[in-house]
Amino acid sequence: MSLVYPKESLNVFPKHLSPDYKSTVKRSPSKPLIIVPHTLSELTGPAFGHDAIQEGDNDLTKQHKGEPLGERIIVHGYVYDEDKRPVPETLVEIWQANACGRYVHNVDQHPAPLDPNFTGAGRTITDKNGYYKFITVKPGAYPWGNHHNAWRPNHIHFSVFGQAFVTRLVTQMYFPGDPLFPFDPIFNSVTDEKARLRMVSKFDLDNTIPDWALCFRFDIVLRGREQTPVNTEKH
Amino acid sequence: MSDITPSQTVGPFFAYGLAPHSRCDWQPSKIYDWKETVGANLITPDATGTKVRIEGCITDGDGKPINDAMIEIWQADAQGRYSHARGEKPRPNAKFTGFGRSATDKQGVFSFDTIKPGIVPGPGGKPQAPHIVVCVFSRGMLRQIYTRLYFSDEAANGADPILQMVPEDRRGTLIAHKQPGSGAAVYRFDIRVQGENETVFFDI
Repeated sequence: MSLVYPKESLNVFPKHLSPDYKSTVKRSPSKPLIIVPHTLSELTGPAFGHDAIQEGDNDLTKQHKGEPLGERIIVHGYVYDEDKRPVPETLVEIWQANACGRYVHNVDQHPAPLDPNFTGAGRTITDKNGYYKFITVKPGAYPWGNHHNAWRPNHIHFSVFGQAFVTRLVTQMYFPGDPLFPFDPIFNSVTDEKARLRMVSKFDLDNTIPDWALCFRFDIVLRGREQTPVNTEKH
Repeated sequence: MSDITPSQTVGPFFAYGLAPHSRCDWQPSKIYDWKETVGANLITPDATGTKVRIEGCITDGDGKPINDAMIEIWQADAQGRYSHARGEKPRPNAKFTGFGRSATDKQGVFSFDTIKPGIVPGPGGKPQAPHIVVCVFSRGMLRQIYTRLYFSDEAANGADPILQMVPEDRRGTLIAHKQPGSGAAVYRFDIRVQGENETVFFDI
């Protein structure tokens, strides 16, 4: 079965130039993109074996001597295509701030403490049903320089591959009910409300583990659907 | 049918997670304490073909280097085959994945060590000249942008079906230029995201 990747599906993506997010102004192409057909080069993409990950890479709370501070959480879900078929054996990478809203990255100058027991990076490969799971701590909100009193809502960065180079997706997972949503130009760069809410995880009481960790469910839908048979009958 | 999950920016702080050992001149220790899954050296011991180095700088609309970008490349092997299909019959280059990732350093420079790809099939059975698909992520990019890299010393460029869809006066932005000198071939491929001599990006 071969999949097709209609470009219309990308209509929900943010525009390259979204001026409320100031960094887009000088970092967006000014000339129209050139429309080209998908060739073998676009319809193929990297495949990752289980040697790409190591035991425990999906548990961000166990990468150091002690446990990180913050609310322990489980983040899990499925990676699907547009026909809701699972995307099996695809690499999912995450990175995030610690519970205080501080990244390990050297350029992060937010005066909140680093946590010696938390790096904030994880990876896993989806199983045959497209399922993935991470254990981590809830990232904190943090300030940034986009405008006066700008704060990013709590979020976890996701990187997903899928089955072709055109299914590649980098996105952010948000948490339900965040009061910072109306003020964040990155979140609101997705102008369609339904599409925006697809970036918000759902609290998952059924999979919350009593006396241990809250659970959030985040399903990811990548490009790709079965080709619709062309109707050749004349009417 | 499901609607897709929207894209969001990779942000400025991806390196410790996605490219922990790549051009990390931000770090006193040079690398972050996290294993690397995908790196900028694609050359495997079993890879046949011509070894090449690709180097370039990525700049913004003011011509300033973008020092927090991530560049990913996807290419065929020297025989023009993609390593895509799982369970296909073993290829001589079975370990060569054709996928690489480089962060940029403080000067906005990225680099890859790889094998020059072969000719691959294109639309309507027309061959495509050797090329690499390039995908760019950075702070200030809410979605990735795709371009292609072709090699300056390939006669096949003249008949490449994708290059022919690009206005002639802009095709040059897709050509990586072989640098003079002996030793392994180095090709220079700068990416100008916006403005004068803006790189061609594709709607795919």
